[in-house]
Amino acid sequence: MSKADQPETTGDGVIQSVSGPVVSARDLDARMNDVVYVGDEGLMGEVIEIEGNITTVQVYEETSGVAPGEPVENTGEPLSVDLGPGVLDAIYDGVQRPLDVLEGKMGSPYLDRGVDAPGIDLEEQWEFEPAVEAGDTVEPGDIVGVVEETVTIDHKVMVPPDSEGGEVVAVDSGSFTVTETVAELDTGEEITMHQEWPVREARPTVEKRTPRKPLVSGQRILDGLFPIAKGGTAAIPGPFGSGKTVTQHQLAKYADADIIVYVGCGERGNEMTEVIEDFPELEDPANGNPLMARTSLIANTSNMPVAARESCIYTGITIAEYYRDMGYDVALMADSTSRWAEAMREISSRLEEMPGEEGYPAYLAARLAQFYERAGYFENINGTEGSVSAIGAVSPPGGDFSEPVTQNTLRIVKTFWALDADLAERRHFPSINWNESYSLYKDQLDPWFQENVEEDWPEKRQWAVDVLDEETELQEIVQLVGKDALPDDQQLTLEVARYLREAYLQQNAFHPVDTYCPPEKTYLMLTTIETLNDEAFDALDAGVPIEEIVDIDAAPQINRIGVQEEYEEFVAELKSDIAEELRSLY
Amino acid sequence: MKEYQTITEISGPLVYAEVDEAIGYDEIVEIETAQGETLRGQVLESSEGVVAIQVFEGTSGIDQNASVRFLGETMKMPVTEDLLGRVLDGSGRPIDDGPEIVPEERQDIVGAAINPYSREYPEEFIETGVSAIDGMNTLVRGQKLPIFSSSGQPHSELAMQIARQASVPEEETEGEDGSEFAVIFGAMGITQEEANEFMQDFERTGALERSVVFMNLADDPAVERTVTPRMVLTTAEYLAFEKDYHVLVILTDMTNYCEALREIGAAREEVPGRRGYPGYMYTDLAQLYERAGRIQGRDGSVTQIPILTMPGDDDTHPIPDLTGYITEGQIYVDPDLNSQGLQPPVNVLPSLSRLMDDGIGEGLTREDHEDVANQMYAAYAEGENLRDLVNIVGREALSERDNKYLDFADRFETEFIDQGFDTNRDLVTTLEIGWDLLSMLPKDALNRIDEEFIETYYREDDSEHEVVEAAD
Repeated sequence: MSKADQPETTGDGVIQSVSGPVVSARDLDARMNDVVYVGDEGLMGEVIEIEGNITTVQVYEETSGVAPGEPVENTGEPLSVDLGPGVLDAIYDGVQRPLDVLEGKMGSPYLDRGVDAPGIDLEEQWEFEPAVEAGDTVEPGDIVGVVEETVTIDHKVMVPPDSEGGEVVAVDSGSFTVTETVAELDTGEEITMHQEWPVREARPTVEKRTPRKPLVSGQRILDGLFPIAKGGTAAIPGPFGSGKTVTQHQLAKYADADIIVYVGCGERGNEMTEVIEDFPELEDPANGNPLMARTSLIANTSNMPVAARESCIYTGITIAEYYRDMGYDVALMADSTSRWAEAMREISSRLEEMPGEEGYPAYLAARLAQFYERAGYFENINGTEGSVSAIGAVSPPGGDFSEPVTQNTLRIVKTFWALDADLAERRHFPSINWNESYSLYKDQLDPWFQENVEEDWPEKRQWAVDVLDEETELQEIVQLVGKDALPDDQQLTLEVARYLREAYLQQNAFHPVDTYCPPEKTYLMLTTIETLNDEAFDALDAGVPIEEIVDIDAAPQINRIGVQEEYEEFVAELKSDIAEELRSLY
Repeated sequence: MKEYQTITEISGPLVYAEVDEAIGYDEIVEIETAQGETLRGQVLESSEGVVAIQVFEGTSGIDQNASVRFLGETMKMPVTEDLLGRVLDGSGRPIDDGPEIVPEERQDIVGAAINPYSREYPEEFIETGVSAIDGMNTLVRGQKLPIFSSSGQPHSELAMQIARQASVPEEETEGEDGSEFAVIFGAMGITQEEANEFMQDFERTGALERSVVFMNLADDPAVERTVTPRMVLTTAEYLAFEKDYHVLVILTDMTNYCEALREIGAAREEVPGRRGYPGYMYTDLAQLYERAGRIQGRDGSVTQIPILTMPGDDDTHPIPDLTGYITEGQIYVDPDLNSQGLQPPVNVLPSLSRLMDDGIGEGLTREDHEDVANQMYAAYAEGENLRDLVNIVGREALSERDNKYLDFADRFETEFIDQGFDTNRDLVTTLEIGWDLLSMLPKDALNRIDEEFIETYYREDDSEHEVVEAAD
């Protein structure tokens, strides 16, 4: 059920017992997953178990003071989201209540109970431009018109997927609210800009396709070594303090998706506030508009009720699918899926279900798989193509990747960015471990990089991977005998690898220039280090002592490429300086 | 108000009673024993006809004839500005023989979540006078930054030093917004001796006047510990958001709090999570820690420094682990550094302040702050790494560059970290010491510092001198 409707209750029950967020009710005529209103205050909840005459409800709000005997009202509809213009540039809680509207309605900075608001503004007027004419036949999903939702995004008004379609008999341009009819069909159906969709059900598509375009993130280690595709899935597991949230924020800021849905699931309030304050100020790298114009935020902080945390992931992915249906590339960030899994565990244990591994419910793997399967590159039912990329942070207890949430996630996702506490301690950011991480999209994305950046992109990447692998092996020896005991050529490899680590793999998210690195710059940086490598080995072959080679003045400049705005010139000059200086030694 | 003499079961801290009216979840209960003693408790589960009550003071002395009264409201904390200077027990009742407290308001201790939309992002630097914190892991107003320690470490000294020295630079120049500073101290299950040390320090420095102290000692009922931090934070929110104080909340020891949660969970026969702690411990801790922050349009702030002792000094234990995932960083107190005699023995490498980046820099602290901190981290980490190697191959086998990093790590500990619990260093001094140390390294090794700052702050002669000598 969506909050834009007046709640129509179908059957009333009576509370039998209350224990935290779990309430059981007697005599409630309800189906599984129906939304109900609990108690005198009308707290929103969802049916999660039915046994005989007893219905168990998870409540999305704090239940202090709720007593047995109070009423429970059923709305007879599953938890749904309101879809339509106004979803972008909005900030919601886990059940799509707009937080800015709630602040106004509650008149307090604290989240009160029992206050409800529709997910989109029902009063606001939108300029509707028809895309069909009277006499055209439309099918479910077809676009009947366009509304400028934000400066960046044109919102396509679609025939709802569960409609039957038909011939358009009337359609007008003009100013409408989301509940007013913009097109009428011969079947008598009236199309409005407002749709609703149950969150636990995927929106229909024609087929899922193999993703072939990268989601370019402007982060060197991601684009350069472990790319994710548009429509791909990725997991970022890491212990606390390793930079999960910063990585997610960087993706939300700089990924070249059309739409970003950012789900803060059970995380810190101040972090969400940072997003709320920063995103309207930050520029979209693609067009200079405010980032918020392409973003929808869902903020369910760790201290908000746990049941709403369970639903926030579904709210997010349903919104993402809706924009995908318009033909957009959508990227969804979920931070963190572990909190979501814990919410499931908490509810499950209150239901006294038989626990699986580490107390998580036995259906954990199935739920994770269902979520990530809703991502992908799709042909939509209206013929457009769109994608949903899902990037989930995972917070394994104690940083131990063998725990159930990480393991079950890794079985599904195709990109794995492993965050590493040791790197974070050394302030090597992003602290993505290059030995453990992988991307299974690499090969299918290579043609794009070859076409759009440089023909030898895959070879250069392989070179970098080889050098880093060799370094890992050599480091083991160095730990035993010290660096000076190695032969000269291996010492040189270590030196080159050091530049790969310090200049190429590290990137300062807080530096105004370095924070975003276009693929061209990523490529040039790599070739500069390769130049150093080639020239240095030539010098070594010519008999120049290793100490002189590593001591050249030009080399440390490689570390400064990241912060150069006019990098092309800088790199060209640097390459020739390196060559010149090294050649002068022999 | 109805009285029941219907107790059916007593088990650990829990009492089950039959009732014939609707009792709200979380409601407060008074139980009067045959001896005339009044105990307080809270409804943990409410079903038709029967309720489960958790008794704060423990259930000893209760029999089936004890009478049960339901007060019809959830737990409230009487708040007023007059609480400043007072010492209360773990349930908020004065124990300092002072006058009776006349509350201005009685506030629900559960505390609703702050709407993220109404929060203000914390970015005002708090100068603690401790280099390891100010320089490397800056604390800002509205942050929650726990101290991760273990038994036998001087975490209390560090907390007291922070409480004593903490100031906000603007405050020194006669604060424009007129906000005052207050400390709220919540003790949960600490020993009388530890409590005395805190109290003596408060009294010695005159800090008690601007403090509220909540004492739940080791021999006080464990269940009471679950309400103490909520009392503390309710008072903190009141003083911060209604009376414009900048409140620093010190909670010690969170480990005892979590033990109490586990005890109640076990008594209720709940399905346990990791290591027997309840599955909802993350949510429960978040409801405490997330009460730190700033709110738009309000002058005050709540900053939290919870202290926890990690069992076995293991930060993968559920208590530090869940805490680290909620708080905005952590400060590690390190037993090795402590045995070397460093004061405070803070290990900066695993320590972190997540809100640091936005609280420092030009106009906030100093323009080179972030670069200096990053470079010192990297250099200290490198030196620390090399120490392992030295143990195997000896210093002579290392390159000149490596030896410099080793020296850096040593001097970093003795000069930068080891300042003593009574030294109050301002930020400029901290940064200058940082530059003294960084100038041991060659300029081109300072790859995380903007060239401009190197020009301004790098100690030319010093380094050249040392470099040449070391090279021979």
